[in-house]
Amino acid sequence: MKRILSILAALPIFAALLISISAFAVEPDERLNDPAAEARAREVSKALRCVVCQNETIDDSNAELARDMRLLVRERIKAGDTNDQVLAYMVQRYGDFVLLKPRMTGETLVLWFGPFLVLIVGGFIVMRRLRKPAPAAAPEALSMEDAKALQEITNTDDGTQKDSAP
Amino acid sequence: MVIPLIIVAALLAVFGKRLADVSGGDDPRVVPTVLLNTPFPAMDLAALPGREFGGLSTADLKGQVSLVNVWGSWCVACMVEHPTLVALNREKLVPIHGIAWRDKPEASLAWLAKNGDPYARVGQDPRSSAAIALGVTGAPETFVVDAEGVIRYKHIGPITPEVWKTKLAPLIAQLRK
Repeated sequence: MKRILSILAALPIFAALLISISAFAVEPDERLNDPAAEARAREVSKALRCVVCQNETIDDSNAELARDMRLLVRERIKAGDTNDQVLAYMVQRYGDFVLLKPRMTGETLVLWFGPFLVLIVGGFIVMRRLRKPAPAAAPEALSMEDAKALQEITNTDDGTQKDSAP
Repeated sequence: MVIPLIIVAALLAVFGKRLADVSGGDDPRVVPTVLLNTPFPAMDLAALPGREFGGLSTADLKGQVSLVNVWGSWCVACMVEHPTLVALNREKLVPIHGIAWRDKPEASLAWLAKNGDPYARVGQDPRSSAAIALGVTGAPETFVVDAEGVIRYKHIGPITPEVWKTKLAPLIAQLRK
């Protein structure tokens, strides 16, 4: 019990460590003095892919090229670019690849809407299957013995059928 | 019953083709360049002190077909590529300019002194401004620039004699026409 408690007590410390590790790719000397501009730089950096490591943002990456890209983002922001202008600057050089969130273009329409299309078409097919009643099984022909047995049950002694209409 | 089979077969064909491409040397991690057939970006890079030819500016690329090679003394693949560049320069096949990327000038110079210096002009790019302007993702990368200063090709990774023979030499011959 004591052990579990001490582990639980250590959890917040561990979480704090994790948070501080992930927050420190941006080094102190890179930051802009103006907090609003720095916030914008962080936002732009989070949308840009590190082209070295490829599955990280430049905000998270420790690669040297990512650092230089972060510095460039801040330079452009200081020079008066809007966020979109900074992103456009990078896209012009690295292509859409540099954006972590793919833009909606003719090429990416399938990417954006494909899953919904599959869902709608799949749902339609399932609905149709569910709504259509299962086809009733066709009555099987009686085997010779069964037919004979049935005849024996339904026939009266005088050879006329019990349930037949008069 | 037939339709799902056709869909699965089509998917298998797509995946199979991609796998064959990858094993055939088409690296999925390679980032295609969007700068093909656009003018070489504006830059004016400082020279390495003491070299015979100066730094590299966009204007220097006009007038003849040339290669622009992005390298660094820290880059292992550049070491692999270097003998090929030295040989190309020895045979005067094409002028090769260098961009010393993220390097100290003394480190670049020492590296060239040790391994040979095949470059016409070399510009320093200590803060990646040129590398980012060129959409560089790693070293070495080599751009083929035509006589009008327009980027016609980008080769990612080391230039080998094979790459020269099959890709660069035919393209350069065609651009010179």
